[in-house]
Amino acid sequence: MSGEYLAFLALALVAIIGGVLMLNLSKVVHMVIALVFTFISIAGLYVLLSAEFVAAVQVLIYSGAITIIMLFGIMLTRHREEDKEKTTTGGFWRKALTAISVFAFGAAVYLGVYQLDFGENAARLHEKNAEQIGTALYSHYIIPFEIISVILLVALVGAIILAKKDDGEAQKK
Amino acid sequence: MSSVPLSAYLVLALILFCIGLYGALTKRNIVVVLICIELMLNAVNINLVAFAKYGAHPGVAGQIFALFTIAVAAAEAAVGLAVLMALYRNRKTVHIDEIDSMKH
Repeated sequence: MSGEYLAFLALALVAIIGGVLMLNLSKVVHMVIALVFTFISIAGLYVLLSAEFVAAVQVLIYSGAITIIMLFGIMLTRHREEDKEKTTTGGFWRKALTAISVFAFGAAVYLGVYQLDFGENAARLHEKNAEQIGTALYSHYIIPFEIISVILLVALVGAIILAKKDDGEAQKK
Repeated sequence: MSSVPLSAYLVLALILFCIGLYGALTKRNIVVVLICIELMLNAVNINLVAFAKYGAHPGVAGQIFALFTIAVAAAEAAVGLAVLMALYRNRKTVHIDEIDSMKH
Protein backbone atom coordinates (compact mmCIF):
# COMPACT_ATOMS: atom_id res chain seq x y z
CA MET A 1 0.00 0.00 0.00
CA SER A 2 2.18 2.83 -1.20
CA GLY A 3 1.41 6.52 -1.02
CA GLU A 4 0.76 6.64 -4.74
CA TYR A 5 -1.89 3.97 -4.38
CA LEU A 6 -3.61 5.81 -1.52
CA ALA A 7 -3.57 9.06 -3.47
CA PHE A 8 -5.04 7.30 -6.50
CA LEU A 9 -7.82 5.76 -4.41
CA ALA A 10 -8.73 9.08 -2.77
CA LEU A 11 -8.72 11.02 -6.05
CA ALA A 12 -10.68 8.35 -7.88
CA LEU A 13 -13.25 8.27 -5.09
CA VAL A 14 -13.71 12.05 -5.19
CA ALA A 15 -14.01 11.97 -8.99
CA ILE A 16 -16.68 9.26 -9.00
CA ILE A 17 -18.59 10.83 -6.09
CA GLY A 18 -18.61 14.14 -7.97
CA GLY A 19 -20.00 12.41 -11.05
CA VAL A 20 -22.70 10.55 -9.13
CA LEU A 21 -23.71 13.72 -7.28
CA MET A 22 -23.94 15.48 -10.62
CA LEU A 23 -26.47 12.88 -11.75
CA ASN A 24 -28.54 13.04 -8.56
CA LEU A 25 -28.66 16.67 -7.48
CA SER A 26 -31.70 18.65 -8.48
CA LYS A 27 -30.40 22.20 -8.91
CA VAL A 28 -28.27 22.98 -11.95
CA VAL A 29 -25.75 25.14 -10.09
CA HIS A 30 -25.15 22.33 -7.60
CA MET A 31 -24.50 19.95 -10.48
CA VAL A 32 -21.81 22.26 -11.87
CA ILE A 33 -20.18 22.59 -8.45
CA ALA A 34 -20.14 18.78 -8.12
CA LEU A 35 -18.42 18.61 -11.49
CA VAL A 36 -15.71 20.99 -10.24
CA PHE A 37 -14.71 18.38 -7.65
CA THR A 38 -14.41 15.80 -10.42
CA PHE A 39 -12.30 18.12 -12.59
CA ILE A 40 -9.90 19.01 -9.78
CA SER A 41 -9.41 15.39 -8.75
CA ILE A 42 -8.74 14.51 -12.39
CA ALA A 43 -6.01 17.18 -12.30
CA GLY A 44 -4.56 15.34 -9.27
CA LEU A 45 -4.62 12.11 -11.27
CA TYR A 46 -2.63 13.84 -14.01
CA VAL A 47 0.02 14.74 -11.43
CA LEU A 48 0.14 11.05 -10.43
CA LEU A 49 0.63 10.20 -14.11
CA SER A 50 3.60 12.62 -14.24
CA ALA A 51 1.79 15.11 -16.47
CA GLU A 52 2.17 18.28 -14.43
CA PHE A 53 1.60 20.64 -17.33
CA VAL A 54 -1.63 18.93 -18.35
CA ALA A 55 -2.73 19.08 -14.71
CA ALA A 56 -2.18 22.85 -14.61
CA VAL A 57 -4.04 23.25 -17.91
CA GLN A 58 -6.88 21.09 -16.54
CA VAL A 59 -7.28 23.32 -13.48
CA LEU A 60 -7.14 26.49 -15.58
CA ILE A 61 -9.41 25.43 -18.43
CA TYR A 62 -11.87 23.02 -16.88
CA SER A 63 -12.35 24.09 -13.29
CA GLY A 64 -11.77 27.71 -14.28
CA ALA A 65 -12.97 28.62 -17.72
CA ILE A 66 -15.51 25.96 -18.63
CA THR A 67 -17.17 26.02 -15.20
CA ILE A 68 -17.49 29.80 -15.33
CA ILE A 69 -18.88 29.73 -18.87
CA MET A 70 -21.41 27.07 -17.81
CA LEU A 71 -22.41 29.18 -14.81
CA PHE A 72 -22.93 32.12 -17.15
CA GLY A 73 -25.07 29.89 -19.34
CA ILE A 74 -27.16 28.94 -16.31
CA MET A 75 -27.54 32.47 -15.04
CA LEU A 76 -28.40 34.03 -18.40
CA THR A 77 -31.24 31.57 -18.94
CA ARG A 78 -34.25 31.43 -16.72
CA HIS A 79 -34.65 28.35 -14.57
CA ARG A 80 -37.91 27.71 -12.88
CA GLU A 81 -37.74 25.86 -9.61
CA GLU A 82 -36.66 22.36 -10.53
CA ASP A 83 -37.91 20.77 -7.33
CA LYS A 84 -41.36 20.13 -8.69
CA GLU A 85 -40.37 19.67 -12.28
CA LYS A 86 -38.66 16.59 -13.49
CA THR A 87 -35.02 17.01 -14.45
CA THR A 88 -34.77 14.08 -16.83
CA THR A 89 -36.47 13.19 -20.07
CA GLY A 90 -38.62 10.21 -20.79
CA GLY A 91 -40.44 7.82 -18.53
CA PHE A 92 -39.25 5.05 -16.27
CA TRP A 93 -38.83 2.47 -19.01
CA ARG A 94 -36.77 4.73 -21.22
CA LYS A 95 -34.46 5.58 -18.35
CA ALA A 96 -34.14 1.94 -17.38
CA LEU A 97 -33.34 0.97 -20.96
CA THR A 98 -30.72 3.71 -21.18
CA ALA A 99 -29.16 2.59 -17.90
CA ILE A 100 -29.06 -1.02 -19.07
CA SER A 101 -27.46 -0.04 -22.38
CA VAL A 102 -24.85 2.16 -20.70
CA PHE A 103 -24.13 -0.60 -18.19
CA ALA A 104 -23.76 -3.16 -20.97
CA PHE A 105 -21.35 -0.84 -22.79
CA GLY A 106 -19.37 -0.39 -19.58
CA ALA A 107 -19.23 -4.13 -18.94
CA ALA A 108 -18.08 -4.82 -22.50
CA VAL A 109 -15.27 -2.27 -22.29
CA TYR A 110 -14.37 -3.48 -18.79
CA LEU A 111 -13.81 -6.99 -20.11
CA GLY A 112 -11.39 -5.49 -22.60
CA VAL A 113 -9.36 -3.31 -20.25
CA TYR A 114 -9.33 -4.86 -16.80
CA GLN A 115 -6.12 -6.78 -17.21
CA LEU A 116 -4.46 -4.69 -19.87
CA ASP A 117 -0.83 -4.18 -18.98
CA PHE A 118 2.14 -3.23 -21.09
CA GLY A 119 4.66 -3.76 -18.33
CA GLU A 120 6.91 -1.22 -16.72
CA ASN A 121 8.39 1.19 -19.19
CA ALA A 122 11.11 3.61 -18.31
CA ALA A 123 9.43 6.79 -19.46
CA ARG A 124 11.14 9.97 -18.41
CA LEU A 125 8.03 12.12 -18.44
CA HIS A 126 8.41 13.72 -15.04
CA GLU A 127 11.78 15.35 -15.81
CA LYS A 128 11.19 18.85 -17.20
CA ASN A 129 7.69 17.97 -18.28
CA ALA A 130 6.77 21.38 -19.67
CA GLU A 131 10.05 21.60 -21.58
CA GLN A 132 9.46 18.20 -23.20
CA ILE A 133 5.94 19.21 -24.19
CA GLY A 134 7.13 22.52 -25.59
CA THR A 135 9.89 20.92 -27.63
CA ALA A 136 7.58 18.32 -29.12
CA LEU A 137 4.78 20.83 -29.69
CA TYR A 138 6.91 23.30 -31.62
CA SER A 139 8.89 20.76 -33.62
CA HIS A 140 6.87 17.64 -34.36
CA TYR A 141 3.31 18.91 -33.82
CA ILE A 142 3.65 22.41 -35.22
CA ILE A 143 0.95 22.06 -37.92
CA PRO A 144 -1.74 20.70 -35.52
CA PHE A 145 -0.78 23.51 -33.16
CA GLU A 146 -1.42 26.13 -35.83
CA ILE A 147 -4.71 24.45 -36.81
CA ILE A 148 -5.81 24.54 -33.17
CA SER A 149 -5.22 28.28 -33.12
CA VAL A 150 -7.40 28.65 -36.23
CA ILE A 151 -10.11 26.51 -34.57
CA LEU A 152 -10.07 28.71 -31.48
CA LEU A 153 -10.35 31.85 -33.61
CA VAL A 154 -13.25 30.39 -35.60
CA ALA A 155 -15.00 29.33 -32.38
CA LEU A 156 -14.51 32.82 -30.92
CA VAL A 157 -15.98 34.58 -33.95
CA GLY A 158 -18.74 32.01 -34.35
CA ALA A 159 -19.78 32.21 -30.72
CA ILE A 160 -20.00 36.00 -30.86
CA ILE A 161 -22.06 35.93 -34.05
CA LEU A 162 -24.39 33.23 -32.71
CA ALA A 163 -24.97 34.90 -29.37
CA LYS A 164 -25.37 38.50 -30.40
CA LYS A 165 -28.81 39.92 -30.94
CA ASP A 166 -30.27 40.15 -34.39
CA ASP A 167 -30.23 43.63 -35.86
CA GLY A 168 -34.01 44.02 -36.00
CA GLU A 169 -34.40 42.73 -32.48
CA ALA A 170 -31.73 45.10 -31.20
CA GLN A 171 -33.39 48.11 -32.84
CA LYS A 172 -36.74 47.34 -31.25
CA LYS A 173 -35.28 47.80 -27.78
CA MET B 1 6.93 -2.38 -8.11
CA SER B 2 3.76 -1.23 -6.39
CA SER B 3 2.69 1.60 -8.65
CA VAL B 4 -0.90 1.94 -9.73
CA PRO B 5 -1.54 -0.31 -12.75
CA LEU B 6 -2.71 1.03 -16.09
CA SER B 7 -6.01 -0.84 -15.86
CA ALA B 8 -7.00 1.09 -12.70
CA TYR B 9 -6.84 4.36 -14.62
CA LEU B 10 -8.69 2.85 -17.56
CA VAL B 11 -11.48 1.53 -15.33
CA LEU B 12 -11.82 4.91 -13.59
CA ALA B 13 -12.05 6.63 -16.98
CA LEU B 14 -14.64 4.05 -18.06
CA ILE B 15 -16.79 4.76 -14.98
CA LEU B 16 -16.62 8.52 -15.56
CA PHE B 17 -17.44 8.04 -19.25
CA CYS B 18 -20.48 5.91 -18.38
CA ILE B 19 -21.71 8.52 -15.87
CA GLY B 20 -21.34 11.23 -18.52
CA LEU B 21 -23.03 9.12 -21.18
CA TYR B 22 -26.01 8.32 -18.97
CA GLY B 23 -26.36 11.97 -17.98
CA ALA B 24 -26.11 13.20 -21.56
CA LEU B 25 -28.80 10.76 -22.66
CA THR B 26 -31.29 11.34 -19.85
CA LYS B 27 -30.91 14.89 -18.51
CA ARG B 28 -33.49 17.47 -19.54
CA ASN B 29 -31.54 20.71 -19.19
CA ILE B 30 -29.26 21.65 -22.09
CA VAL B 31 -26.56 23.07 -19.80
CA VAL B 32 -26.39 19.80 -17.90
CA VAL B 33 -26.15 17.84 -21.14
CA LEU B 34 -23.21 20.06 -22.18
CA ILE B 35 -21.33 19.50 -18.93
CA CYS B 36 -21.98 15.77 -19.20
CA ILE B 37 -20.27 15.88 -22.60
CA GLU B 38 -17.36 17.71 -20.95
CA LEU B 39 -17.15 14.89 -18.40
CA MET B 40 -16.94 12.33 -21.21
CA LEU B 41 -14.13 14.30 -22.86
CA ASN B 42 -12.31 14.35 -19.51
CA ALA B 43 -12.54 10.57 -19.28
CA VAL B 44 -10.95 10.32 -22.71
CA ASN B 45 -8.17 12.65 -21.54
CA ILE B 46 -7.43 10.38 -18.57
CA ASN B 47 -7.01 7.52 -21.03
CA LEU B 48 -4.63 9.52 -23.22
CA VAL B 49 -2.44 10.63 -20.32
CA ALA B 50 -2.44 7.13 -18.78
CA PHE B 51 -1.29 5.59 -22.05
CA ALA B 52 1.36 8.30 -22.33
CA LYS B 53 2.94 6.91 -19.17
CA TYR B 54 2.10 3.21 -19.13
CA GLY B 55 1.40 2.44 -22.79
CA ALA B 56 3.35 0.26 -25.18
CA HIS B 57 5.27 3.28 -26.47
CA PRO B 58 5.41 5.77 -23.63
CA GLY B 59 6.20 9.32 -24.55
CA VAL B 60 5.05 12.87 -24.45
CA ALA B 61 2.72 12.47 -27.45
CA GLY B 62 -0.23 11.36 -25.34
CA GLN B 63 -0.03 14.47 -23.20
CA ILE B 64 0.08 16.66 -26.30
CA PHE B 65 -3.01 14.90 -27.64
CA ALA B 66 -4.71 15.58 -24.30
CA LEU B 67 -3.85 19.27 -24.64
CA PHE B 68 -5.36 19.36 -28.13
CA THR B 69 -8.50 17.67 -26.81
CA ILE B 70 -8.79 20.25 -24.05
CA ALA B 71 -8.50 23.08 -26.58
CA VAL B 72 -11.20 21.59 -28.81
CA ALA B 73 -13.41 20.97 -25.76
CA ALA B 74 -13.09 24.61 -24.75
CA ALA B 75 -14.08 25.74 -28.26
CA GLU B 76 -17.00 23.29 -28.20
CA ALA B 77 -18.22 24.60 -24.85
CA ALA B 78 -18.14 28.21 -26.07
CA VAL B 79 -20.01 27.45 -29.30
CA GLY B 80 -22.48 25.23 -27.43
CA LEU B 81 -23.26 27.99 -24.98
CA ALA B 82 -23.72 30.45 -27.86
CA VAL B 83 -26.17 28.06 -29.54
CA LEU B 84 -27.97 27.73 -26.20
CA MET B 85 -28.26 31.52 -25.94
CA ALA B 86 -29.69 31.83 -29.46
CA LEU B 87 -32.10 28.98 -28.77
CA TYR B 88 -33.22 30.44 -25.47
CA ARG B 89 -33.86 33.82 -27.06
CA ASN B 90 -36.13 32.28 -29.68
CA ARG B 91 -37.91 29.55 -27.73
CA LYS B 92 -37.74 30.73 -24.09
CA THR B 93 -36.87 27.27 -22.86
CA VAL B 94 -33.79 25.31 -21.89
CA HIS B 95 -35.49 21.93 -21.84
CA ILE B 96 -34.34 19.55 -24.47
CA ASP B 97 -37.70 17.83 -25.00
CA GLU B 98 -39.47 21.11 -25.76
CA ILE B 99 -37.14 21.92 -28.64
CA ASP B 100 -38.64 19.65 -31.27
CA SER B 101 -39.50 21.91 -34.20
CA MET B 102 -37.39 19.80 -36.57
CA LYS B 103 -39.16 16.62 -35.50
CA HIS B 104 -42.37 17.01 -37.50
